[in-house]
Amino acid sequence: MARVRVAMFVTCLVDLMRPRIGFAALKLLENAGCEVIVPDTQTCCGQPAWNSGDAPGAVALAKKTIAEFEGFEYVVVPSGSCGEHIRVEYPRLFAGEPDWRDRATALASRTYELTDFLVTVLKVDSVPGDYEGTVTYHDSCSGLRGLGIKQQPRALLAKVKGVSLKEMNGCEECCGFGGTFSIKFGEVSAAIAERKCDNVLASGAQAVVGGDLGCLLNIEGKLRRMGDETTQVLHVAEVLAGRT
Amino acid sequence: MEIKSMHFKANASAKLADVVLQGNLKNAKGKFVTKRAQAIKDLDDFEGTRDAAEAIRNKVIDNLDLWLERFEQKAMDTGATVLWAKDGAEVCRLVTEIAKKHGVKKVTKSKSMLSEEAGLNQALEAAGIQPVETDLGEYILQVDNNEPPSHIIAPAVHKSLDDVADLFHKVHGTPRKTEIPALTREAREVLRGHFLSAEMGLSGGNFLVAETGSVALVTNEGNGRMVTTMPKVHVVITGIEKVIPTLEDLSTLMRLLPRSATGQPISNYFSILTGVKKPAEHDGPEHLYFVLVDSGRADVVGTDFHAILRCIRCGACMNHCPVYQTIGGHAYGWVYPGPMGSVLTPLYAGMENSIDLPHAATLCNQCGVVCPVKIPLPDLLRKLREKQTERGLRPITERIGLRVWAWVAQRPKLYALGASVGARYLKWLAGDTDRIRLLPTAPEWTLGRDFPAPQGKTFRELYAARRSATPRT
Repeated sequence: MARVRVAMFVTCLVDLMRPRIGFAALKLLENAGCEVIVPDTQTCCGQPAWNSGDAPGAVALAKKTIAEFEGFEYVVVPSGSCGEHIRVEYPRLFAGEPDWRDRATALASRTYELTDFLVTVLKVDSVPGDYEGTVTYHDSCSGLRGLGIKQQPRALLAKVKGVSLKEMNGCEECCGFGGTFSIKFGEVSAAIAERKCDNVLASGAQAVVGGDLGCLLNIEGKLRRMGDETTQVLHVAEVLAGRT
Repeated sequence: MEIKSMHFKANASAKLADVVLQGNLKNAKGKFVTKRAQAIKDLDDFEGTRDAAEAIRNKVIDNLDLWLERFEQKAMDTGATVLWAKDGAEVCRLVTEIAKKHGVKKVTKSKSMLSEEAGLNQALEAAGIQPVETDLGEYILQVDNNEPPSHIIAPAVHKSLDDVADLFHKVHGTPRKTEIPALTREAREVLRGHFLSAEMGLSGGNFLVAETGSVALVTNEGNGRMVTTMPKVHVVITGIEKVIPTLEDLSTLMRLLPRSATGQPISNYFSILTGVKKPAEHDGPEHLYFVLVDSGRADVVGTDFHAILRCIRCGACMNHCPVYQTIGGHAYGWVYPGPMGSVLTPLYAGMENSIDLPHAATLCNQCGVVCPVKIPLPDLLRKLREKQTERGLRPITERIGLRVWAWVAQRPKLYALGASVGARYLKWLAGDTDRIRLLPTAPEWTLGRDFPAPQGKTFRELYAARRSATPRT
């Protein structure tokens, strides 16, 4: 089989906060036999603009992203939230521009959240990671309810030697991040995060794992403020890829 | 009802600090969410039934005028009078006039959110007519100095057993009781006299059936039956969007409404009321009035927010909303809380009065997936945010901030520079720790949690360095 040519959309949060998640995703894709290209002009998919009511800003950034990524066989995103924005929202941004709508739809159909791509498209049967311990999985809202990401990360975690998954209560409930919600309504956001963290701690897992960095920063920030210094907060790509 | 949604943020803070409320919310959440999940599981084909319910509601709201005229004709055929109210003030005027015409001194009420919208109790009192709430939750609120409801189907859900025990002891002047059945009995004893003496009963309506001119009422306490059948006058107040075509449609919607609302396969009482008492009949009102209320609904028809008119008021969206679960209904500041309320309040009570509400949601779409009529609530909230921006209602700093950010994000080199400066700045703030305790650029974040430190360099920097170190073929 010819090598699958994949463009990686790193996401602005991974770029700014946690490059190692990007490298983990890169390793997973390359390990599975993909040729991975990281277009260097990429910035943000435009979701913050769209969710903040700035439609023109969202449209401009969508056009930019479409132009940068439409030449690739697949686009892979280590985030359910950005993945959902490209896959589900992009085609809806261009009601009045049929040409762009078609381009958006074409890109959307080839864009995948990382774990979904590894399971659904590449059908990987092994992953390089090794992690010794119990983890619990937080299902991020956009990935779960927007893209149907539920079994994919669990199926992959099951392939990591040493990992045992312990589900927490309310794993499908929102962590309270909500993008700009977290800084507009900080107190409410943190109070929702506290419920999530209570569930994480009650699970007794060594690490809480998720597919969206926004949620993970929120959960980690709350755990630490609550005085928990031991629970690791990891992106699923980090666990699956091992050391990068 | 007076709108207080402009104080959402301050109200939300106060609710977070209210320890008793926090406990009550936690109890309520568990009950509603768990029970609904079980009830939905027991239904043969939830998704198929949802599709059917959505189609029924769309059929009506896409041709609302037609279905309302059909309903009006049928209702008149059964001996009812159909009146139309443009707004809350007209509701108050019409109901007061009806009461005066029939010499009414006391009105018993079954639950009606429309009467909350209109501020009807105050208007009746001002006209010298005594309104008596008979839904237990609404009764509790009425005797507690007319406190507004905090939930559309469980109006006193914010109160605990202890709260009610104290309240009844105070207002009834009876020994304090701590068992729910004893408290309920006490309320029944008070209400019984009112049921017998009221000359007029007032109810909401869950559905209006166009085919028969009937109103369908979904209740759990039996008070609805007393209110609608004992007095000589029955007034139904409901929104114009509540009409549905047929009894068959009613059966479809009833498969979803109680299950979505309280997790019951069917409510304790379910009444379909048609027309006035006929000569040979023993029960029922001699006079039946429908007050069909617009109050902003007609203006929503055909707009971007059309889908909200499908709402059947089950409350599932708020029961499942992480924000509602955290702050309760009062913080939202008007009649309807939670996701549906954050859509309805700007539309019915003014976008400028409720700037925060469309933003007070994480867009987690838990509401969207539980909605029995598939209203895309997060989409509607997002659309309202867009309307706010278009109308210049957002704070100037936010608008400029978004503009600048979007402008920079379209310029990769500038963006890359900004990101690498940002990563270093955040890293510097964290010092030699792994977290930032106070984030000057977004202080709201660090009010209740830390902000994890970044690695310090951006992905694009590290990736470029790696590629130049190991050139590829």
